[in-house]
Amino acid sequence: MTDAAVFLILLVLSAGVFIVPARMKYVYTLSVFLASLVITSQWAITAFQYQNPIIISHSSFLKIHLPVMIIDRLSAFFILIINFTMLTGLVYAGGYLKPYQKSKTPVQFSLHFFAYLWLCFSMVMVTLMQSAFNFLVVWELMTVSSFILVMFDAESRPVLKAGINYLVQMHIGFILLLVGFLIAESVTGSLSFSGLEAYFSQKPNLPLFLVFFIGFGIKAGFIPLHTWLPLAHPAAPSHVSGVMSGVMIKMGIYGILRILGFVQDDLLTIGVIILIVSVLSGLYGVMMAIVQHDLKRLLAYHSIENIGIIGIGIGLGVIGLATVNPVLTVLGFTGGILHVLNHSLFKSLLFYNAGSVYSATHTRNLEKLGGLIKTMPYSAFLFLIGALAICGLPPFNGFVSEYLIYLGMFKEISDVGLYEAILLLLSIVGLTIIGGLAIFCFTKAFGIVYLGQSRSEKTEHAVESPKIMIIPQMAIVAVILLIGLGSFMFIGPVAEISLNLFKLDPGSFNVQTFAGDISRLSIIGGIFIVLTIGIFLIRRYVLSKRTIEKGPTWGCGYTAGNERQQYTATSFADNYSELAKPVIGGRKEMEDIGENDYFPKTRKFETSNNDGIQTKYIDRPISKMVGWLKKLAIMQTGQIQHYILYAFVFMLVIFILTWFNII
Amino acid sequence: MILGTILIILSAVFFPGIILRAKSIASGRKGPGVLQPMKDILVLLRKGSVFSHTTSYIFQWAPTVSLAAMITSMLVLPFGKYDAFLSFEADFVFFSYMLAFGKFFTIIGALDTGSSFEGMGANREALYSMLVEPAFFILMGTFAMFTGYTSFSDIFANFFITNNHLMIIFGLISLYLLIQIMMIENSRLPVDDPKTHLELTMVHEVMILDNCGFDKALIHMGTYLKFATYGSLIFASVVPAGWSLSWQIGLFLVMQFLLATTIGLLESFRARNKMLKNAQFILTLSAIALVGFVIVLIITHKLMN
Repeated sequence: MTDAAVFLILLVLSAGVFIVPARMKYVYTLSVFLASLVITSQWAITAFQYQNPIIISHSSFLKIHLPVMIIDRLSAFFILIINFTMLTGLVYAGGYLKPYQKSKTPVQFSLHFFAYLWLCFSMVMVTLMQSAFNFLVVWELMTVSSFILVMFDAESRPVLKAGINYLVQMHIGFILLLVGFLIAESVTGSLSFSGLEAYFSQKPNLPLFLVFFIGFGIKAGFIPLHTWLPLAHPAAPSHVSGVMSGVMIKMGIYGILRILGFVQDDLLTIGVIILIVSVLSGLYGVMMAIVQHDLKRLLAYHSIENIGIIGIGIGLGVIGLATVNPVLTVLGFTGGILHVLNHSLFKSLLFYNAGSVYSATHTRNLEKLGGLIKTMPYSAFLFLIGALAICGLPPFNGFVSEYLIYLGMFKEISDVGLYEAILLLLSIVGLTIIGGLAIFCFTKAFGIVYLGQSRSEKTEHAVESPKIMIIPQMAIVAVILLIGLGSFMFIGPVAEISLNLFKLDPGSFNVQTFAGDISRLSIIGGIFIVLTIGIFLIRRYVLSKRTIEKGPTWGCGYTAGNERQQYTATSFADNYSELAKPVIGGRKEMEDIGENDYFPKTRKFETSNNDGIQTKYIDRPISKMVGWLKKLAIMQTGQIQHYILYAFVFMLVIFILTWFNII
Repeated sequence: MILGTILIILSAVFFPGIILRAKSIASGRKGPGVLQPMKDILVLLRKGSVFSHTTSYIFQWAPTVSLAAMITSMLVLPFGKYDAFLSFEADFVFFSYMLAFGKFFTIIGALDTGSSFEGMGANREALYSMLVEPAFFILMGTFAMFTGYTSFSDIFANFFITNNHLMIIFGLISLYLLIQIMMIENSRLPVDDPKTHLELTMVHEVMILDNCGFDKALIHMGTYLKFATYGSLIFASVVPAGWSLSWQIGLFLVMQFLLATTIGLLESFRARNKMLKNAQFILTLSAIALVGFVIVLIITHKLMN
C-alpha cells in the first residue's frame, strides 16, 4: 500500500492551483486529482482483499504525527464511488466551466478547483478517520468545501441564499454529531468510534443513535431534514450538483451505516424508525419531484426519493439483525448499499445532463424547453438511459438494487410475525408507489425537455455539448449497463461489505448460490435486448419495402396547431397534482371568465408548489421567532444611560438572588 | 417450459376476436369473424407508414420496445406444474417492472409527437398504471406470505397443496383482482373504452393516434398478448398445478374463452366511468387487495390465533 505520507503531500500540492497560470489550472487540478485517485483506489482495492480492517501505514520520515487512518470494506466501497464520480465530474467540468472563463476571474477558478479537490480529499478522509476529533474536522472540511463549490455563482441572490441555507443546516447536523460523540465520551472517556462501541454496550442505544441519525440524516436528506437539498442543488454548477447528489449526501449514509455497526440493542425499534422515515422520504421526494418546473430541482427531489430507497434497504437490514434473520439482513443491506452505488451513477449522469441542457439553452425551466432531441441527440439518449435506470426498470442498474430490497421483503413476509408482516407489506406498497411515481416523473421530464416541439425561443440556438461533457456521461452509462446486465458479479462483493460490517458469519448466508440465481436476471435482460433489436431489425427490413411519408402530427382536423398547444410540464402533472393535493399543496391562480366575456383578452394563469415542510415547519417558526426577537428590540434604545441601567438592574438582581441564597 | 408461452400466443390469436364476437352477438349485430383482428394485423403489416415531422427515433422505437417488453415478461409465467421458461425468485417484480418499461416507451412515444391529444393520453396512462401497481404487489405479497415462495412458478405450484381449504376465499379475491387489473392494464372498460370516438375521452387509444402500419400492428400484438398473459395468470391462480396435462391444456383454452366472452359481455352492458372517478376506482382495488391480505393473515392464524 502506498504510504499515507504521499497522500499528505498531495494535500499540500493542491494549494498549487492558486499559483499556476490560468490556462493550466484545470490540467493541474486534474493531475493532482488523478494522483489522489490512484493512491486511494489502490488502498480501497487492497482493503477489499482482507477480511479485517487495515491501518494505512505511514513512514516517519516527515516527522509529522499523522492521524490513524483505518480502511475496511465499507470505507473502500465508498472511496471507489467517490473516486469515480469525482472523476466524471471533473472531466465534465472541463467543458461546463468554459463559458464562465470570461465572466469569472482566475482567482475564482482557483478557489473553485481548490474546493473541488478538497471536497474529494475530505470525503475520502471521512471514510478513514477513527478518532472523533479528526472525523469532525474532515466532516467540516467537506461541508465548507462543498459550500464554496455551491457559491460559484454567488453574484446571483438565490445562489447566495441557498448557499447560506446549506451552511446553516449543515452546522445543525455538525452540532448533533459533536454532541453525540461528547455523550459517548462522558461515559467511556474515549472520543472515537471505538468509544461509541463501548458506549453502546453499556447504555441504552436508541437515544444516542437518534442523535447520530438526525446529524447524519441532514447530510443525507431524509425528510423532514431535506429542505436544503432542493435549494442547494439547483444553485450549484451542474458538475457540483452531480457530485454532491451523487456522493456527498451518501456520506450521511456512510455515517449511519458506521454507527449501526456499533449498535447492539434496541435494533428492532431503530430498524422500524429507519424504515418508516425512509418510506416517507421516498414517497415525499418523488411526490414533490413531479410538480417541479426546474429540471435540477426535480432531480434534487429525486435524490430525497433515492435516499429513501437506500434507507428502506438499511431499515430492513436492521430489522433482519434484530430478528436474527440473516437473509433479510443481507438482502436489505446489500440492496441499500448497492443502491448507493447505483444512485451515484444515474444521479450524477442526470445532473450532468441537466447541465448540458442549461449550457445549451440557459434555462432550467421545463416549460421553456422541448424538442431538444433533434439538436442534442447524444444528450437525449444519455438522459433516457439515466431516466430508465433511476425508475428502477430492468435491465438497468436501478432495478438490481430495488429487486434485492423487494426480494428481501417478499422472502421474509411468510416467516415473520403479524406486525412485521404488516410493516413489510406497507413497505412493499411504498416502494411500488415510489416506482410508479418515478416513471410518471421521468416520462414527464424526458418528454417535456427532449421530445415534441420547442416551447420557447430559448432552444433555438441549442447545440450538442462538446465531447468532453459527453464522454464522462457515456462512461457512466457503460457502468450502469455493466451493473444492470452483470449484476451477479457485483452482488457478492457488496454482500460481503455488510457481512463484514455486522460481523456476521459468512456461512449463515450463501452468497454464491444466491448470485447463481441472480444471474437469471442477466439472462432475461439479455433476452429482452436481443428481442428488441431483433424486432426492430425486422421492422426496418419491412419498412424499407414500404412507402414512408412525412406529415404533420394528427390534429383532429385542425391543421394550424402550434407548439403552444402541446402538453406542458404542468398540464402533464395536472391530474396527479389534483390527486396528491393534500400532500403536495399547490396553488392555482387565475381570473374566472366572466359571463359577458365574449372576446378573448390577455389573461394570467399561475401555478406554484411550495415544499410544505419548508414553509410550515421551518419558515413559519423562524419568522415567528424573528417577530418575538423584534419585540425584544424595544430595549435597544441606543442611549448609553439605558444600557448602564440594564447593567445596574442585572447586578441588583444577582445581588438579591444571592442574598436569599437562590443562586 | 415453452409450452405455456405457446399456449399464450395461441390464445392471444383468438382472444380479441372472441371479445368482438361476444359484443356483436350481445348487441344483436352480425359482426366480424373471430379472426378479424388477426386479418387487421396482416393488413397493417402490409401498409406503408406516415411519420410526423415532429417525431424522432423514440417514436420509431417505442412500439418495438413495448412489444419486446411484453414478450419478455411473458417468459416468467409458469404453466401448470411446468416451470416458467425462466423462473427466479421475485420474478413477479421483474414481470411488473418489465411491463412498466414497455409503458414508459409508449408514453414517451406519445409525447414525441408534440400533440396535445397524445400528451393527454400519456398523462392519464402514466397515472392509472401507477395507481394500479400497488394492488398487484399487495396481491403478490399475500401470495408470497401464504405459500412461502417468491416466484410465479413456486407460488402457483404450492398454492393448492397447503391443505388449507379456506384459501379458496383468497383464490376468489385474487381472481376478481386479476380480472380487474387485466381490464385496466389493457385499457378496457370501465376505465377506458377502446371504441370511443372522441379523442378527449380516450386514454390508451389517443396515445397511439399517430402510429400506423407496421408500428400499429406491433402495438395490437402487444395488447392481445397482454390479454392472454393475464388470462394465463388468472388460470394459474384458479386451476391447481397438480392436475394432469391434458386437463390443464383443455381448461386453459376454456378459461381463456370464458374470459374473453366475459369481457365482451361486460363491455356490452357496462358504462364507462367518468374520467375523474377512475383514480378512485383503481385505488379501490388496492383496498380490496388489502382485505385479501387480512383474510390470509386470519386463515394462516397470524391474526386472531
